[in-house]
Amino acid sequence: MNFMASKQPENSLLGPESDSQRTLYPYVTGTSVVALKYKDGILMAADMGGSYGSTLRYKNVERMKAIGKHSLLGASGEISDFQEILRYLDELILYDNMWDDGNSLGPKEVHNYLTRVMYNRRNKFNPLWNSLVLGGIKNGQKYLGTVSMIGVNFEDNHVATGFGNHLARPILRQEWHENLSFEDGVRLLEKCMRVLLYRDRSAINKLQIAKITEEGMTISQPYSLKTYWEFSAFENPTQGAVGSW
Amino acid sequence: MDLNMNVDAPHSMGTTIIGVTYDGGVVLGADSRTSTGMYVANRASDKITQLTDNVYVCRSGSAADSQIVSDYVRYFLHQHTIQLGQPATVKVAANLIRLLSYNNKNMLQTGLIVGGWDKYEGGKIYGVPLGGTLVEQPFTIGGSGSSYLYGFFDQAWKEGMTKDEAEQLVVKAVSLAIARDGASGGVVRTVIINSEGVTRNFYPGDKLPLWHEELEPQNSLLDILNAPSPEPMNI
Repeated sequence: MNFMASKQPENSLLGPESDSQRTLYPYVTGTSVVALKYKDGILMAADMGGSYGSTLRYKNVERMKAIGKHSLLGASGEISDFQEILRYLDELILYDNMWDDGNSLGPKEVHNYLTRVMYNRRNKFNPLWNSLVLGGIKNGQKYLGTVSMIGVNFEDNHVATGFGNHLARPILRQEWHENLSFEDGVRLLEKCMRVLLYRDRSAINKLQIAKITEEGMTISQPYSLKTYWEFSAFENPTQGAVGSW
Repeated sequence: MDLNMNVDAPHSMGTTIIGVTYDGGVVLGADSRTSTGMYVANRASDKITQLTDNVYVCRSGSAADSQIVSDYVRYFLHQHTIQLGQPATVKVAANLIRLLSYNNKNMLQTGLIVGGWDKYEGGKIYGVPLGGTLVEQPFTIGGSGSSYLYGFFDQAWKEGMTKDEAEQLVVKAVSLAIARDGASGGVVRTVIINSEGVTRNFYPGDKLPLWHEELEPQNSLLDILNAPSPEPMNI
């Protein structure tokens, strides 16, 4: 009789763990998030894809959400863990509002809370499988930070997760400057997103750009970017070496 | 022929499951094959399970896991209905499914599609894949057979279908998946849920359309051999 293999590891150092939950691997994942500070606040971009392994399964996933009045959270990684994080933050903001003291949590505080959550889960070997981008503006002070699933956190003028780290950040390092206009910021983000679309297998051509300023948060309708394929080297790659590939 | 077929392998519903909204309600569809390894343990299973009068769930993956999750959610929804004093909404049912799927993600291996009708939002479909993500969609597919249907639905799905169009689409799709997925087979079951109530339909294997390289079933070779020869042509 073949018993179903027990999910408990053979390692005898670990105690009884029939109740423990550790995310071993992600199932439905979102890819890169890219964000930058501009003149009036923060701009953030993410596509609307939810991949299931190599399948581009869900094409209408909103990976950026407003948190309270002053913050914007973008997430890559496991979508179910992102949905759980949104529930934690709902509770955090609710309790903050219930104080009814005229004060409200700003982006720096929310980022700190998320950092603590992510790091403590990592210490218990039960991470929330996400890379988060937290941006916002409060009392004129712009803030943009990031936290990873192992608790690595920092703030900067421009941040990215996943593939964005490799493809978008070099572009941002070259072209970002203080006091970008809204148009320039959007164009810069679109430049990054287009490269990601060309080079990231899990990217889809349907994205949203979110903006947060002192006035509030807006998120664009989903839209697609034009791509460029008409290079002669693309049409005839083996012209210079017939028979090659 | 594998004489060492593992008849004790965990029962898994290879499966093709589908949920589709139409103008006025939802149509849920599924195949009927439950396999243990290579053996078909049940060729006429019912994978569309009732949670409440107005909400049903399509089950895929581990048969045991999907059954136990459905049972718990049915129990919770029953209590919720009593306390609420009116029928539970599809959203609440889907969230309960999500809660169990997410909090037990390391132990469960089941993908579920929740579909139903309530007076507030009308017909709604929610997908809860492995991991416990909750996604509301106008239509969704699941199970091993769904791999063969992504292209089909990208092309064939349209907004604002009628009840009959939606059901025909679901039957066609499950039938196409059965043709290519070894883990799906048997009959096609559909459940239509709208303001008027619930309708169950049954499409036996021999009533489904034939696809590429499939032949019309015969009673016996003898019938073919004894068939009358074709009439001579009159030119």
